[in-house]
Amino acid sequence: MENLIALLIAAPLLGAAVLLCGGRRLDAVGHWIGTVLAAVSFVFGAILFVDLLGKDAEHRTLTQHLFSWIPVEGFQADVAFRLDQLSMTFVLLITGVGSLIHLYSVGYMEHDERRRRFFGYLNLFLAAMLLLVLADNYLLLYVGWEGVGLASYLLIGFWQHKPSAATAAKKAFLVNRVGDMGLSIAIMIMFTTFGTFAFGPLLGTHEEPGLVGETSEGTLTAIGLMLLLAACGKSAQVPLQSWLGDAMEGPTPVSALIHAATMVTAGVYLIVRSGAIFNAAPDAQLLVTIVGAVTLLFGAIVGCAKDDIKKALAGSTMSQIGYMVLAAGLGPIGYVFAIMHLVTHGFFKAGLFLGAGSVMHGMNDEVDMRKYGGLRKYMPVTFITFGLGYLAIIGFPGLSGFFSKDKIIEAAFAKGGTEGWILGGCALLGAAITAYYMTRVMVLTFFGEKRWQPDEHGHEPHPHESPSSMTIPMILLAFGSVFAGGLFSVGDRFLHWLEPITGHDHGDAPISAATVTASTVAVMVIGVTAAYLQYGRRPVPVVAPRGSLLTRAARRDLLQDDFNHVVLVRGGEHLTRSLVYIDHTLVDGVVNGTAASVGGLSGRLRKLQNGFARSYAVSMFGGAALLVAATLLMRAV
Amino acid sequence: MNPVNYIYLAALLFTIGATGVLIRRNAIVVFMCVELMLNACNLSLVAFSRMHGNLDGQIIAFFTMVVAAAEVVVGLAIIVSLFRSRHSASVDDASLMKL
Repeated sequence: MENLIALLIAAPLLGAAVLLCGGRRLDAVGHWIGTVLAAVSFVFGAILFVDLLGKDAEHRTLTQHLFSWIPVEGFQADVAFRLDQLSMTFVLLITGVGSLIHLYSVGYMEHDERRRRFFGYLNLFLAAMLLLVLADNYLLLYVGWEGVGLASYLLIGFWQHKPSAATAAKKAFLVNRVGDMGLSIAIMIMFTTFGTFAFGPLLGTHEEPGLVGETSEGTLTAIGLMLLLAACGKSAQVPLQSWLGDAMEGPTPVSALIHAATMVTAGVYLIVRSGAIFNAAPDAQLLVTIVGAVTLLFGAIVGCAKDDIKKALAGSTMSQIGYMVLAAGLGPIGYVFAIMHLVTHGFFKAGLFLGAGSVMHGMNDEVDMRKYGGLRKYMPVTFITFGLGYLAIIGFPGLSGFFSKDKIIEAAFAKGGTEGWILGGCALLGAAITAYYMTRVMVLTFFGEKRWQPDEHGHEPHPHESPSSMTIPMILLAFGSVFAGGLFSVGDRFLHWLEPITGHDHGDAPISAATVTASTVAVMVIGVTAAYLQYGRRPVPVVAPRGSLLTRAARRDLLQDDFNHVVLVRGGEHLTRSLVYIDHTLVDGVVNGTAASVGGLSGRLRKLQNGFARSYAVSMFGGAALLVAATLLMRAV
Repeated sequence: MNPVNYIYLAALLFTIGATGVLIRRNAIVVFMCVELMLNACNLSLVAFSRMHGNLDGQIIAFFTMVVAAAEVVVGLAIIVSLFRSRHSASVDDASLMKL
């Protein structure tokens, strides 16, 4: 059964190799090859899942040692896989949502002449992401980590003929490099401290703590901070969040799969997987919660101001991952709920993005929500699936998002003390803003009057429902958005499933769970009502009004790019300029000055070489006279 | 006679020779001045030999004469060929070895 783990990764990897090397003759069938291989991977995952369910909770960790990658004295890097409850959850999410999005892309990319290449990249992404979550050591995880970064870069810039897409891809790659640097430094510290980076000996289990338990808190804090930096880069958390909004330049299925459901949650996986390290480093853990809380408000505020439907959803993604990071930073109180929210978010956010893609598909690729309006009549299936995703994300009672988000807010309060109140308050506020911006998206897109107009070529969009290859994945994801949360929460199934890996702790909640639930629902209702009053009751202007200072700042992503430009770009320019100046004046000055003075001196000495034998004779006599004089002088002294 | 006088004479001869080398342009005269300096050295060697009562200086004087004779042969040959090629025996004319 262990041998299936490698096949899980091998299937999409084979697909990527075949599709990218196969050339044009595969154009006709390439997309189906990619989709089938993704589905094969999902089937392997399902078989393994059933197998794991058949074992008792303590023996659900399967490992497969494939080969020794770098066998050197004192340095052992293996290609080995580890399948436990945590990675199993991810495998099912990645391959399940991944297969659905492959299917969706068949329809969405139908008119793109480079569709085969697109599926090759998608398969490459699946393989890299599976490698990331199945790796048995941090080095192999790093390979997957870089692999998903590469796939993300290729897919954001898939329409590279658009300069904006090419720039966005570059931006995503560069910002991710900063985070990747954190991961590589963390791995280096691990190696110098522990001599290994395999999960087993390093992190240990609940019964027997691993090497981490024997190390000083300072070292662990350093590792934790570096891991947090890595997570910030990959998961678009403040301060490395700026790339996610621009990443929406990629095709919509990419935004759904990579920049909503799976890759951007890799940071959460990293933190939860490294739970043993964070548990022993409270300072790093506190910083994780702060990053999460700041990002969940940051993303939510940005989401409120964007008129581009995908960018509004991107702000929402950032905010929801902020929830997960916040939960992951709470330690054993929150690990399980971070992953639970991650899975439910994977369903409803992928569904929302696919819905957005379906709307764009029917509206000549228009993304400005102010030019939609009243689309529910034209796209009923999209409307219903999107609507269910919407209800799930705002936490409508009974749907997925309700269960997972409510648990996170509870856990934030259960952290205890002032921190608990602040974090819980932020999470509650975030829930209200979430309800507000999602209602805004919903109302602007599907309700009200139609606001679209002919484009500059005189083509009026004819909104229509998308083909079934696109609606089927949306319907399936809508099922997930509705039922996953309840399925996980009834009888605490998800908690019992994941607890052996992450551990669980109830914390001490200052207020009862019922109060939290009631306030979550209350703030949700307030958010929905506010947005309805603002956008549902009166006509929406097609051109965005100027707006308040906050609105304008939020439209510019709360000035994140301006900040980066002023501090990093300008700062970097000033630094290089002053370095160049120092190089030119000081370093070059010394070198050139020495050369010039030696040259000038020798130019003067050269004049002695005049060719007249008599002048040489004078030199000789003078020299001899000097020698005699010196000899006499020495004798006299 | 006091042998120191020979040393004075040798110094005088050497100075005349050196001055001639420096100020005369004719290669033959320069050459003769060089010989004069050599012989001033010989004279001082013989005088010192006498003063110190051993024969080393006198023997070296013989060596110098032999070497000077050989040098005259080579030097005159150079001067003759110089004169043949340039129709001048001025040492300042042969100043090609310069930058």
